[in-house]
Order: sequence, then structure tokens, then C-alpha cells
Amino acid sequence: MIEINSLRKTYNGVTVLNINHLEIKQGESFGLVGNNGAGKTTLFSLLLDLIEPSNGSVKLKGVQVNISEDWKPFTAAFLDETFLIGYLTAEEYFYFIGELRGQNKATVDALVSRYSDFFNDEILGKKKYLRDLSKGNQKKVGIIATLIGNPELIILDEPFANLDPTTQFRLKKIIRELADDKNVTILVSSHDLAHTTEVSDRIVAMHKGEVVKDIYTSAETLKELEEFFAV
Amino acid sequence: MFLQFIRLEWKAFVRSQAFGTNLGIKIFLGLVAVIYSLMFLAGSATGYYIIQKELHQDPLVVVSKYLIYYFLVDLVIKSLLQKLPVINIRPLLTLPIKRSTIVNFALGKSLISFFNIIHVFSIVPFSVVLLKEGYDPAGVLLWWAGMWLLVYVNNMLNVLMSDNDFVFVIFLGILGLFGGLQYYSYFDVTLVTGVFFHGIYTTYYLVLVPVVLFAALWWFAHKFFSKKMYLDTGLKGKHQQAQTQDFAWLNRFGTMSPFLKNDLKLILRNKRSKTTVVMSVIFIFYGMLFYTGMLEVYEGAGWQVFASIFVSGGFLFTFGQFVPSWDSAYYPLMMSQNITYRDYLASKWWLMVIATAVSAVICSFYLYFGWHVYLMILSGAVFNIGVNSLLVLFGGAFVKTPIDLTSGKQAFGNKQAFNIKTMLLSLPKMLGPIALYLLGATFINETAGYLFVTAAGLLGLAFRNVAFRAIERIYKAEKYSTIAAYKQKG
Repeated sequence: MIEINSLRKTYNGVTVLNINHLEIKQGESFGLVGNNGAGKTTLFSLLLDLIEPSNGSVKLKGVQVNISEDWKPFTAAFLDETFLIGYLTAEEYFYFIGELRGQNKATVDALVSRYSDFFNDEILGKKKYLRDLSKGNQKKVGIIATLIGNPELIILDEPFANLDPTTQFRLKKIIRELADDKNVTILVSSHDLAHTTEVSDRIVAMHKGEVVKDIYTSAETLKELEEFFAV
Repeated sequence: MFLQFIRLEWKAFVRSQAFGTNLGIKIFLGLVAVIYSLMFLAGSATGYYIIQKELHQDPLVVVSKYLIYYFLVDLVIKSLLQKLPVINIRPLLTLPIKRSTIVNFALGKSLISFFNIIHVFSIVPFSVVLLKEGYDPAGVLLWWAGMWLLVYVNNMLNVLMSDNDFVFVIFLGILGLFGGLQYYSYFDVTLVTGVFFHGIYTTYYLVLVPVVLFAALWWFAHKFFSKKMYLDTGLKGKHQQAQTQDFAWLNRFGTMSPFLKNDLKLILRNKRSKTTVVMSVIFIFYGMLFYTGMLEVYEGAGWQVFASIFVSGGFLFTFGQFVPSWDSAYYPLMMSQNITYRDYLASKWWLMVIATAVSAVICSFYLYFGWHVYLMILSGAVFNIGVNSLLVLFGGAFVKTPIDLTSGKQAFGNKQAFNIKTMLLSLPKMLGPIALYLLGATFINETAGYLFVTAAGLLGLAFRNVAFRAIERIYKAEKYSTIAAYKQKG
């Protein structure tokens, strides 16, 4: 699904990301952990062609992202609030994304209603524009919007941050369900080792722009990761 | 403390991403300012002698008489163009700085605006000439101080009313009302105000009026903004009742319809973009100045072509100028969603085309002034649709200033609803058709002039797809730096 080859990003001579080779298979649930500045968001931005690689390439399903735009139809992402349109209501935002992905209103409504408990009655039908929602509620809208139109690749940056404990549990359940679907590849980054080990089959730890650990989740994974980061 | 603020301001200016373009534009603006200042300077210094020679009246009396219009025009210009000083207030609130200091600094900063300084060049030379001609020095000094304070009074008025985007319409209305009443000699406002302005010179006490006015306005503005300096009042902005709207009638536009719907919501729901609609309506009537023969200077054919471009192109210029900056807040979404650049650009293009066409139809009332006027407007509209729409999109690729859509909601928000930059960038788009028209009109006849302009527009339309591909390439090449520039706010 994702193939990264000798990918490097340099700002003014400082290398912030350097990955020789990384392959993520279709259907994998992939967790990315690391400290601040490890390069998690940089990697995601490179996957989405939001920043220009200094060297190397990213291929999604064989499409090199900085050459062709053909990766867009099967990819959905929520990195931060710049993925939201502040002057729309949540419903309008969902419909907008739906239209871009060729979904009619009824399909969007059906999908969104499945997650009504995730929204906890604070978002739908509230007559509020997204810009007037709290940070946590904005995040919920952004995350659910990535599920519209059956994307094959979903990228979520720090989805657990800013969410209340109940919502974190619900989100873990949602991600687990997606992970069980073998057509969906899901990438999640987090600071929280416990969350990541719970939802991901495979975990990559990054440190200063490099991949330092690449493990398939097992009973010992959390302990192993904790030992690694406890410096 | 003020020194600290000034240092912060300096850093904000130097370190902003748009510094390069900022500086270029600032230099250009500086040049324009110098030219205007020199014109002002020459005008006001020689004005004295011209009035004396031509009218055989006391120049100070004549000037005082018409000062009311000077200040009204100043108010209109200020409310349209003067940006409020932006000082980043939130982070300062919890620091050990008195609220009153913050407010004073922000207000004080507004006083050193170009729009105030420019008056140095009209008031000071005139006062110097007065002194030279043997007017009472104390009186001249007081008159000078009074004028200066009145400039600041205007400044404070503008600051206080800046929350309202349409305030300049009110000032324009007052200006028009006084002008009209005087022109048709119903009521001459200058009879009252002239005595007052001249009185500042003759009596030593009337200067107290501007002093008191200014002090009161400062006090009031200080109180007004101090009260607003809480996160849940002035610094927060109002929450509107949101309504989910559908605009299903736009569905006929196929793949572009989601964008068109979105742009419509963008325009309707954000203050900043709403002003573009107001501006385009104003531009429709802008032609009245030119076609009615109201002002003699505008009767030249060149000016009329100039007007014909503006009349139908108001929306194209005010909105199009900032494509894609309107979407700056969520540009990464647009860049990673299932959207091709082509659809995105095409939807913006259609929006401008529709608006231009609608304006051209509304403009049919200009038929009253003769067929040739409306023909001129139509050829201007064709040129706008064919050429200017593409030029605007092209220029947009390089305008990388993020737009804070919600601004204008806050007392200290970034006000750039309609700024000088927009106008400067529009100039080349006007000069093209004027040149074409003059080419045709001088060498063949007027009709050929219109035909030239129209033909250029049609040619642009014919090559639209080629131009689109080129523009698309530029947008793609600029993509990464645009995303990076939009990331930083303010």
C-alpha cells in the first residue's frame, strides 16, 4: 500500500527525516510513536504531498504522490484543524467531503449516524459552525469525516490528543473495527504508547527522523516500547 | 514597556513569511506616498497664492470654508483603507502589564499611520506660508494644532467604528448629502463650519473644541477597548446561529458544484468576504462618475474604458484577487482531498464569470446614457471574462497572504477587507484594455476600439484551456510554499 524509498527531508541543512525503506501492506494497522520532533507529522505530510521531499519518493499503491494526483481518491487524512472548514456546520462539512468522494447525502447520513454516540450529542444538529466548536469536538468531526467514502488509506495524526477519556475509548473501538477490515490501511500517530499498542498491529518508533524500532504488536510490545522511551 | 511592544511589532514584521513581498510592496507604497506627499506639498504651498490671485479673498478664510469637505473625505478614505494596528493581545493578557498600557499602545500606534502623517504635507506648508505672509503667529500655531487634532479625531472615529464594515457608506452619505445640499443651494454647511475653522485662528479659545473632542474620544476608546479585553467579550467574537444550507440548484455544475456551494457559503458567512459583494455593488455604480459627465476630468475616452472594466469587474477584482487565499485556513484539506487543481480553479473561474455576467446585466441601466456607454461596458465585461479572470487567477498563485476569514469580528482584528494592495495589483488589468481601445480609436474609430477590447476578451476565452493548464502548473509548482505560508497566521 505504502512504499517509501530513501526518503529524506532537510530544512537548511538539518535533516528532520531520513527513512531508507519502509513498506506498509494493505490492511495493516500501523502505529507511529515518537517524541516531539521525531518526524511523525513530517512523515504524514510527506505521505500526503503537503511538503516537498528533499530526496526519495513516497508511493501510495504504486502512485508517486508528488508526481500524480491519483492517490487522492483512495486516501483520507486528518492531521490538524487546517483540515476543517470553519464556516460550515458539521453536517455541511460531511456532505462536502461526501460530494468530493462521490457519496450522496443518504450514504453520508447513514455513515454519520453510525457514529452518533461518538459525537455524544454535542455536534449534530447543534446549529454551530465548526469554528465555534471546542478543540475536542472539532477533532471528532475531522476524524469521522475521514471515514466517508470508504477510503482504503486513512491517516490520523495524534487522534487521541485533546479527547476526553470516554471518547478515547470509543475512538479506540472505531480504529480497531477499521483495522479488522482487511481493505483498510490505517496509520495513527501518538505520544501515548498504550493507546497505540492497543489499536495497531505494527508499531514503528521514530527518533530524530529515523526509524529506530519496527515491531509487530504482541503482549510484550508495550513493555518493550516503554523501556525504549524511558531514558 | 512601550519599548518592549515596539520591539515585538518589529519582530512580527521582520519575521513574517510574507516579509519579502511585504517589503517590496512597502517600498512601492513608500514611493507612491512620496509622490503624493510632494504633490500635497506643492499644492498646499502654492495654493495660498493661487487662491489669493484668482479669488482675491483671504486664503485662510477660503480654506477654512472648505475644510469640512477635506475632513469628510479624509474620514471616508480612512474608513476604507486604513488598517487598524494589530497587536497580538491574547498572550499579553496574563503577563504583568497593565491593560490600560496595552490599550494605550494600540491606540497610540494608530496615530502614526500613513493616513495621518500625509496631512503633515498639507497642513504644515500652508501654515508656514501663513506665517511668512504675516498672519498672527499665535493664531496660526493654534490653527495648525487644531487641524492636527482634527486629523486625530478622524483617526479615533475610524478606530471606534471599525467594528462595522459599512461605516464608510455612512461617511460617504454625509459627504454626498452636504455636497448635494450645497450644490443645489438648499443649505450651505460651510457657512457654519467655515466660521468655526477660521475661528480657531481668530479666537484663541475655539481650539479647545478639537482638544476636548480628541481627549474625549481617546478616553472613550480607551474605556471601550479596555472593557472588551476579555477572552469572552471583545477578543472572542460573536457566535452566530448556524444554519445548514443546501443550495441544491448549484448541482447542475457537476464536479464543480461542491466548490461553488462552498464558495457561496464562504462569501455569505464570513465578514471579510461579504465586503467583496458590497464592493462589487459599489463598483457597478462607480460608472456614474464617468458617464454622467459629472466630473469633467473623467470625460476622456480612456477614463471611460477604465470605468467600464471596473463596473462589471468589481467582484472579479475584489474576490478574485485573493484566490486561493480565501481557502488558506483549510488549504491542506483542499490539497489532500479528492480534488484536482483543474476543478478547483475552474470553479473559482466560473464564480467570477457568473458574477461578471450578472453585473453586466444589472449595468443595463447605463443604456440611459446612450448605446455607446453600454457597448463599452459590455466589451469591458467580455474582456474581464476572457482575460482578467485568467490574470487574476494567475496572480493569485503568488499572493500568499493567509486570510483570516473571521477577522473584522474583533475590535483589534486584522482589518484588510479592502486594502491598498488589492488596488495596486489591479492596475495592470485596467491599462491593457485602455491601451487596446486607444489603439483602435486613434487609428480607426471608436467602434474599432470596442472591437479590439472585445476581441482580446474572446481570444482569452478561446485559449482558456491552454491558459488553465499553464496556471495549473504554476499552482502546482507553488503548492508547497503556499501551504507553508498559509500555516503562519497574521
